[in-house]
Amino acid sequence: MAQMKLVKCTINGEYTETMVDVRASLTDMLRNDFRLTSVKKGCEVGECGACNVIIDGECYNSCIYLAVWADGKSIRTLECLLGPNGELSDIQQAFVDEAAVQCGFCTPGFIMSAVEILESGKRYTRDELRKLLSGHLCRCTGYENILNAVEKTMNKRLEQKEQGEK
Amino acid sequence: MGVIGQSVKRVDAPDKVTGRAKYTDDLADRSALIIKVVRSTIAHGYVKSIDTSEAEKVPGVVKIVTCFDVPDIPFPTAGHPWSTDPHHQDVADRLLLNRHVRYYGDDVAAVIAKDEVAAVQAMRKVKVEYEELPFVLDQLEAMKDGAPQLHENFKNNILAHTSYEDGNYEEAIKEPGLIVVDKWYDTPTVQHCHIENHICYAYMEAGKINVVSSTQIPHIVRRIVGQALGIDWGDVRIVKPYIGGGFGNKQDALYEPLCAYLSTVVGGRLVKIDMTREETFTCNRVRHAIRYHITTHVRPDGTFVAGRMEAFSNQGAYASHGHGICAKGAGAYRQLYRYRSACKGDAYTIFTNTPASGAMRGYGIPQMMFAMESHVDDIAKRLNMPPLELRKLNLMEVGYKDGFSKNENYFDSFNQCIEKGMKYIDYERKLKEFANDKGPVRRGIGMAVFWYNTAVWPISLESSSCRMVLNQDGSVQLQLAETEIGQGADTAFSQMAADELSIPLEKVHIISSQDTDVTPFGTGAYASRQTYVGGFAVQQTARLMKERILLAAHELTRMSVHNLDLEDGYIININNRRRLMSLKELATEALYSFEHSQHITAESTYQVKSNAYSFGCSFAEVEVDIPLCKVKLINMVNVHDCGRLINPALAAAQVHGGMSMAIGYGLSEQLLFDKKTGRPLNNNLLDYKLSTTMDHPHLEAQFVENYEPTSAYGTKALGEPPATSGAPAIRNAVLNATGVEIDSAPLTPHILFERFRKEGLI
Amino acid sequence: MYDIKALYEAFSVEEAVSLMQKHPEARIIAGGSDVLIKLREGKLAGCELVSIYTIDALRGVKLDEDGAIRILPLTSFSHITKDPIINEHIKVLGEAVDMVGGPQIRNIGTIGGNISNGVTSADSASTLHAWDAIVELTGPDGVRQLPISEYYVSAGKVALKPCELLTAILIRKQSYSGYKGHYIKYAMRNAMDIATLGCSVNVKLSDDKKSVSDARIAYGVAGPVPMRAKTAEERIKNMPVSHETVELFAEAVEQDINPRDSWRASRDFRLHLARELARRCLTESIRLNGGEL
Repeated sequence: MAQMKLVKCTINGEYTETMVDVRASLTDMLRNDFRLTSVKKGCEVGECGACNVIIDGECYNSCIYLAVWADGKSIRTLECLLGPNGELSDIQQAFVDEAAVQCGFCTPGFIMSAVEILESGKRYTRDELRKLLSGHLCRCTGYENILNAVEKTMNKRLEQKEQGEK
Repeated sequence: MGVIGQSVKRVDAPDKVTGRAKYTDDLADRSALIIKVVRSTIAHGYVKSIDTSEAEKVPGVVKIVTCFDVPDIPFPTAGHPWSTDPHHQDVADRLLLNRHVRYYGDDVAAVIAKDEVAAVQAMRKVKVEYEELPFVLDQLEAMKDGAPQLHENFKNNILAHTSYEDGNYEEAIKEPGLIVVDKWYDTPTVQHCHIENHICYAYMEAGKINVVSSTQIPHIVRRIVGQALGIDWGDVRIVKPYIGGGFGNKQDALYEPLCAYLSTVVGGRLVKIDMTREETFTCNRVRHAIRYHITTHVRPDGTFVAGRMEAFSNQGAYASHGHGICAKGAGAYRQLYRYRSACKGDAYTIFTNTPASGAMRGYGIPQMMFAMESHVDDIAKRLNMPPLELRKLNLMEVGYKDGFSKNENYFDSFNQCIEKGMKYIDYERKLKEFANDKGPVRRGIGMAVFWYNTAVWPISLESSSCRMVLNQDGSVQLQLAETEIGQGADTAFSQMAADELSIPLEKVHIISSQDTDVTPFGTGAYASRQTYVGGFAVQQTARLMKERILLAAHELTRMSVHNLDLEDGYIININNRRRLMSLKELATEALYSFEHSQHITAESTYQVKSNAYSFGCSFAEVEVDIPLCKVKLINMVNVHDCGRLINPALAAAQVHGGMSMAIGYGLSEQLLFDKKTGRPLNNNLLDYKLSTTMDHPHLEAQFVENYEPTSAYGTKALGEPPATSGAPAIRNAVLNATGVEIDSAPLTPHILFERFRKEGLI
Repeated sequence: MYDIKALYEAFSVEEAVSLMQKHPEARIIAGGSDVLIKLREGKLAGCELVSIYTIDALRGVKLDEDGAIRILPLTSFSHITKDPIINEHIKVLGEAVDMVGGPQIRNIGTIGGNISNGVTSADSASTLHAWDAIVELTGPDGVRQLPISEYYVSAGKVALKPCELLTAILIRKQSYSGYKGHYIKYAMRNAMDIATLGCSVNVKLSDDKKSVSDARIAYGVAGPVPMRAKTAEERIKNMPVSHETVELFAEAVEQDINPRDSWRASRDFRLHLARELARRCLTESIRLNGGEL
């Protein structure tokens, strides 16, 4: 019989309790138990970043994170970003506007890293952004428009913040 | 103003940024049985016996099928249109599982289990006994007499050899005073590395075998599954949802035939095969490694007099796309430069005990361009002539016409692209400035050109079908078999339909998924064909649709159809441009009319019997740290003449992706195999060096828009060309920086170390 | 889904030790970025695991009363890079672990796991060697300390006794006070890569910044385990800060290292790089410490 464990955690803002097979990765749990299919499988060894999610404010490749470790944590996936009326968040809209999406398979992981970057409230140079996004592989875009989308959203948020302070 | 030519937003982007877009695994029911393939642990030999007794004992195992169980029906896998001419059909050299294993990782048996852990545990417990045979990894070795033989009917492992001779080469080289540049160039085995691995699932329903697959070519896969299982093609249904990239790997039947077959052996239950990244690297398809021998006889003023090219293409273990790749490159060699007296080419495709090579973005052109464009710079160096001047002297002339394809070089595209690239990168100034770099860190600048054919006519069929259905609100469904694989095809087709029908883009509902039971016939995403070929189908079908709409309008308005037109979603009187009714009113009335109810639809097939040259170039600027044996790419620009741009933003995005692939090809990517066993050494994303965000400079994409006269919308190939000229541009920039000719890609630190040491630089 | 036979979770060091005593076949899993990959490859398939990832008491960086820097083993790479104590005293360690993989890997990967899997390419290991780090091991019989050079036994093997756990990495005050260092990771990509060769150097200069009081150099991938090049260190002790000294240092590194030929890189290339990286790391370390070349 598979060894199970009760995992209590918050997923996309909602408290959940789930019996989880201890052999499951967090990717397995999010995709299979919660049908959060934005969490993609690309390599299963933490090299491609397609399964990236935010756990307690930091990004992790959920494929190499045991589901049982999620106990007591707050996890966010791409599915949590939509506004109350289903509107796209600024970073999602920027990916649309900047043609930063092609096949779309790496997109959820990239966007979640972008969310962590943007939530820091810091201004980064283009090279710093390259480093902050370097845990994701994309074969379609050459990263160019993805960097544009993140950079533009960062600038927009910082501008809004500055105006708010004035 | 229409939407063609506008950078409208991708129609699929909202679904893809929210996670709503469903890919194959997202659609598979969790009840699916899991398939794991038992793979050969030798590079060549025969399976003598398979002992599954231990594996069967693993709890959860449903069935184990071995190479001794499968039907003896050889089938081809290449994603080519079927040919009714048996001589033009692809080589059928595969079985669903193989007793004669031809590469390390070949399919020997398959485990079907209730979950992944059980499937993997059982897979590891299947005991296979082999009769080992000698193996060969290198294509030139494989051609030698006495080399291990892979397939019975191909002597010396030569799958195909084609040749041509324009003029008389032996006579031409007798011209006095010619300088001879004679060199070999080598290109690596690389893989597509789409981020979604190949995956498919199959089940039986309504008397059919249904396969949902991450494929670029649903209609072709349907035919191949039918062939492989020995069943009627209509008994197979293929569904293609969103796919996470393809780049040619999924322009092949990969594991759909095996998956379909395995469903039939478990009573039609749902079975799923999900490739690991390691399997994707070596058990799908790879890019052909091609070695070239190029000899150019040139006058001291730089005029090319005679050219001789021999290409040796490593096919790997199975024919897949076969000789088409090597032959396409050989054809490009023949036309790219003008040889005043003669040009002679020989192209060989050779089986070896390595993973099967197939289609990959560029289809033989990245290989050929690496060799030839490196060669041109080497000639320039020998003549002490600026490489650009040498190119301009010899490049395909304006007005050149290819007798076979009837393609014509209508414009001065090469020079226009080169001018633009030079200007962007500040070529002349940097060339002068970098010449003074003599220290351990030196900068260099280089460039390369390419030409690329659009679509596959006249070698194969070019045909595309389209269906349009008018809704009550005046919007339309648009349906084609040409697939969205990330390149933006759905958006481009929607723009075309919107313009033809003069309706807003949001009133075009493209059906992104293909279902061979429902979707009209078309062959899919390859050969940079879809915008060109599909464009005709959309245009023709939209015009048919419009005819039917205007006929209905005639019935409702009693005006002659000649006086009617569609404009901005309205039926208008063309004489005074007055709006008579909205398309919505017409559509609703047509459907619910008590007089004449009709569902207005249109469907048509367009066969394309033309083709078009696509042109362009890459410029690269590098900094070479000689003691560290490292190349840093500082700046890169691609300039393309792909005709009129349907969507400039998406076109640029295509170019970025191709440039990225070219950077990997030039600097870091290469699949390696252990010489002692044939085992792959680096078939994972850590050891195979795909570029990261930190390995790229800014990628600049520019265009020259010469309206292609043979095309429905003035377009021609753009999908693949961006991947073709970047690697030689980088190589030539390194030559410019260091004076060292590196004749193999990629230019890894290992290669630079050997070469710099040989040249006394370190 | 991983092929794990059983998972035992520890929430304290004592619990971890007792779980290991109860399940002697079990492997320790910290962040998992190494163990889970081996499980998937089949190397550890079907094994029992004792997870220590949830022992929060093993996270963080502290200064001991005697001035030693105490790095707790489950501290993630990204937290080491951000840590103020690390940044003030041994910034190079934060820089070195900031070159591991990519951001997500640096959030899951732990410094204790990085050295306890015994791999020569670990980005933290060469720097810890170069700073004369001490490891603190806790087992059923109590706590013991070992110099990091003795922790590495052979490729993939460290000196953990049965039921023992790495509970701290210490860098003594005399090891870091007055030293500045530089690390170069030589790899094929600028991210998501393992080192072809890693080189970490730190130096202490004379008060007038004119001579080298002490220099330490350690390599990753220059042999089966991370290693120091002591001949080179000795050779430049008390030598003037000069290009000649740098050259002497670089030329001497070969005396102690022994890289191998593999498909990842040839021995010759690694030896060449070892000299070049020694040169560059020493030059930069001297510069960071206020010396002029």
